[in-house]
Amino acid sequence: MTTTTEQSKVNARMKNPLFLLWIIGILAIAAVPFAMPSLQLLVSFAMAKGLGVLGVTVLLRAGQVSFGHALYFGISAYAGAFLMASMPGTDFVIVMIAGTLGAVLAGLLVGLFVVRYRGIFFGMLNLAFSMIFWSILEKFYHYTGGADGIRLPRPTVLGNTLDHVQFELVLFYTAMVLMVALGWFTTRWFASPIGQLFQTIKTNETRLEYLGVSPRRALLSGYLLSAALCGVGGVMMGMAQGVVTPEYVWWVRSAEMVFIAVLGGAGSVQGAFLGALIYEFVRTYASVYAGDIWQMILGGFLLIIILFAPGGLIAILNSLFNRGSGKGGTGK
Amino acid sequence: MNLAIFLLALFDGVAYAALVFIVALGLTLIFGVMRILNVAHGSLYAIGAYASVSLTGYALSLGFAPVLAFPLMIVSAVLVGILIGAPLEKFLLRRIYDKSEVLQLLMTFAVFMILEDVQRLVWGTRPYFDSSALQVLGNVTVFGVTYTAYQMILLPLIAVALLLGMRFFLRHTVTGKLITATTEDREAAQSIGVDADKVFLFTFVIGAILAGLGGALASPTTSILPGMGADMIVLSFAVVATAGLGQIEGAALTALMIGLGRSFAVYLYPEISVLVPYLIMVLVLLVRPEGLFGTPGARKI
Amino acid sequence: MKHLFVKRAVAATLAAALPMAALAADKPESLKIGMTAFLTGPASVFGVPARDATEIMVENINAEGGINGVPIDISFIDEGAGAESLTSEYRRMVESGGAEVMLASISSGNCQTIAPLAEDLQVPNLMWDCGTQRIFEENDYKYVFRTQANATPEMLASVIYLLKTKPDFNTIAVVNQDYAWGRDSWDIFSTALKAMKPDVEVVAEFFPKFGSPDFSTEISRLQALNPDVILSTSWGGDLDTFVQQASQRGLLNSSTFVLPLAESSLERLGSALTEGHIVGARGDHYFLHPERRDDADFQAFMKQYEEKTGEVSVYPVFHASQAMAALTTAYEKAIADNGVEWPSEEQLLAALEGLEFQGLGRPVKLREDNQGVEAQLMGTSVQTGDYPFATLENIMIFDGAELTTPVGEISTEWVGSLDAGFVDSVSVDTYEN
Repeated sequence: MTTTTEQSKVNARMKNPLFLLWIIGILAIAAVPFAMPSLQLLVSFAMAKGLGVLGVTVLLRAGQVSFGHALYFGISAYAGAFLMASMPGTDFVIVMIAGTLGAVLAGLLVGLFVVRYRGIFFGMLNLAFSMIFWSILEKFYHYTGGADGIRLPRPTVLGNTLDHVQFELVLFYTAMVLMVALGWFTTRWFASPIGQLFQTIKTNETRLEYLGVSPRRALLSGYLLSAALCGVGGVMMGMAQGVVTPEYVWWVRSAEMVFIAVLGGAGSVQGAFLGALIYEFVRTYASVYAGDIWQMILGGFLLIIILFAPGGLIAILNSLFNRGSGKGGTGK
Repeated sequence: MNLAIFLLALFDGVAYAALVFIVALGLTLIFGVMRILNVAHGSLYAIGAYASVSLTGYALSLGFAPVLAFPLMIVSAVLVGILIGAPLEKFLLRRIYDKSEVLQLLMTFAVFMILEDVQRLVWGTRPYFDSSALQVLGNVTVFGVTYTAYQMILLPLIAVALLLGMRFFLRHTVTGKLITATTEDREAAQSIGVDADKVFLFTFVIGAILAGLGGALASPTTSILPGMGADMIVLSFAVVATAGLGQIEGAALTALMIGLGRSFAVYLYPEISVLVPYLIMVLVLLVRPEGLFGTPGARKI
Repeated sequence: MKHLFVKRAVAATLAAALPMAALAADKPESLKIGMTAFLTGPASVFGVPARDATEIMVENINAEGGINGVPIDISFIDEGAGAESLTSEYRRMVESGGAEVMLASISSGNCQTIAPLAEDLQVPNLMWDCGTQRIFEENDYKYVFRTQANATPEMLASVIYLLKTKPDFNTIAVVNQDYAWGRDSWDIFSTALKAMKPDVEVVAEFFPKFGSPDFSTEISRLQALNPDVILSTSWGGDLDTFVQQASQRGLLNSSTFVLPLAESSLERLGSALTEGHIVGARGDHYFLHPERRDDADFQAFMKQYEEKTGEVSVYPVFHASQAMAALTTAYEKAIADNGVEWPSEEQLLAALEGLEFQGLGRPVKLREDNQGVEAQLMGTSVQTGDYPFATLENIMIFDGAELTTPVGEISTEWVGSLDAGFVDSVSVDTYEN
């Protein structure tokens, strides 16, 4: 990676109309609590989920799909809830750190095991671990609250106890800042040496070994990042909802995350968030106005994307904005 | 644990394993041949159950004898396979065989979501219950415990019959051998003139019929509710992955392990009974990464 | 109804932006309320009757002009969509949908989540069906009220009826749903039983998942253990499946079942529920209520309900009637006490305190901790041939006040302090059927 190539890439990106679109998008989101307050909670959820999907997206860059990433989403949320239960009035930053640490720890334990596998087995093993955790959450009622879950009471913010309107606002902007920061970080990570090695697992893993690099280590590094991202999303979601239930780790949730990743554009950072936003919108409004068939609507939507735009929404946007301006685009 | 309890756990486990095997059989067949993990398999199972209950209910209301429930189960299964399985393969899956595995799997997930709502629209959200098939065969008393003959005798018999029948079919009939060849090496089979499209369609329909049959056979023993497809599919995944993809003997053995594991857990330590299938899966794959009977694929460099 | 919400969201937001004055509020165009119930899933056999009944009641009220001329506009939230979806919808209805009062929930687990949320959102919330006693015992609430009893009087009534009708049993097993209600109700039942009959032996405890479709393994185990009594506080589709499967395997012939929530399943179970089993109704709720079945309002409603749904009323219907009665009575009282056209939130809350109201059963009174005191009906199943399903005989109606935990005490502790003498000390009215 020479400096000139990087510099020209940055230049290209600045001129890319799509980049402008992202800036506008972020500004629009920043305005939501004032312009359209009824959407605030929905967008908060979407951003939290988007972080979770970003975790899945990271793995997609290595060509691996995890069908159990809801595990990290849930572990993080439960870690936050347990912390609040044992130390009420904790600051929300501490809760987030605790949640993310929990997710990373779990990611390490599971990751050490699953990085030996590829393809379908990788996916299925992640599924198995998430289902084991789900079973534990459901059955050990006296520790985990069982199917009803546990409450996650409002944490303090910088020493202040806030009411629900103020806290939701804080959460919203925190999620937004994290979205931009972690999204940027992930993009940089992909460009870094570790990230490049990680992505080689998709293109030609055997050559990695010939180079003397352990593919397992490379995959593990990406796996930990993905668990951390998922964890941040999970604890934010837990704080936004106020309750964490075993539903957080149910396998359909993991599949939905993969769905959103592909909907947005497999492997694209922006795609993860865009996909999450669209998904939350469709889900909320479909279930309010077409309560009986919202799953059908989402399923049909996914089918259309797979059949006609398998690159996801990002690919559609790319082709719309970069037609005629040569090869452009920010993500794969 | 005394002998009576042990035997009870054994019978329970075998009855449960039989049902799980029948569904997993279809799933592993489809995966073996087409390399697609069919998430919609769970929906086919559920629709098979609903269809069987509806048909039987209708027949009973017309005054037919309850014993008609049995042939109606087969009818439901075949209907599911042909009316849903065939179009699914022909019009949806066939278009994306060249795409990545993830996309194929997500397509079956999308179909699963759609079918979940179809079930709700057609059959509503209340539980259905029709145990006439069970009542026809009556009860059997063993060691002071009363079992339905259906669960204790018929289901395992059907599972074994399917296992042996499938083995025979795959090894000793021409169509079966074509399927086996396509499983082993799709390109090589195509290069000697095997029509892969036909093989795929046929395999998928058979797999779908098996899923529907599993549901129809399960229907007299349980309440039919929305969401039963989702529960069954994740269990089937566990069986198929543990067995080794495409291995039908492996699927039988795994289904048995999981069935017995779960039922003994209910007797000894009920809290972990839900965990057992996934625990088994993780433990088996730890030791044999390709599944119990799976063969490590050759790596292309 | 949801389109109306969207259209009026602007008006509602503006209204909500005005500070809540202690003075009277202007009469709104309609009284928006939200009710949660299981509309999908196995528990929907329970929630759908409640929704249907509430719709009839709202129609009846609106046909008479509503509350002081204000019609009621009710929307329903599906508890079957999961706790997250429930809380999101609940918030949305209160924050942007303009709901003035909420009725939530059926599931004890959902109540535990929603009670603090309602308090936080400062919206009056009537817990119209959930049973866990822990909510008012663990916290004080200003905005949350319960218009029915809770697990303690209900379980005590079951224990007392069991000890009166079958005093000499030795072994008992339990099969309860694995969530707050299943666990809490067993805690109280077992504590009470052991306090009043210390020599009883619990031979097995099963907690299958809520919504479980299959109880075969539990039934096998129960057959092997052969307990004298089998308790299950399950309800809805779970109870239906359990009883039907148990019936098929002959378990109903070898053990006496105690089913405190089975009144809501009687019609669906048909002939599967054999004779001699103990049935409860979580309150004095029964479509053939011995004291109320000859009253004009009771008969009129039963008729309306059967015409609309084709089924007999079950206890979720009665609970819904109590919640609606509490709502209308509270508003009318607040209007009358304060001499206003429409009460402010403070005035409404004041009216709810200590309110007495009557739905389809006996009158219910709210105590100082906002917990309702409700009579309890228990009976024994009998197949008379008058109906294609079991009805009840040897009915006992217990006075709720004696069975409800005294204010400020914890149920499990209070119940554990009772003894065998308690059984005979409770006042009871007995009826043949």
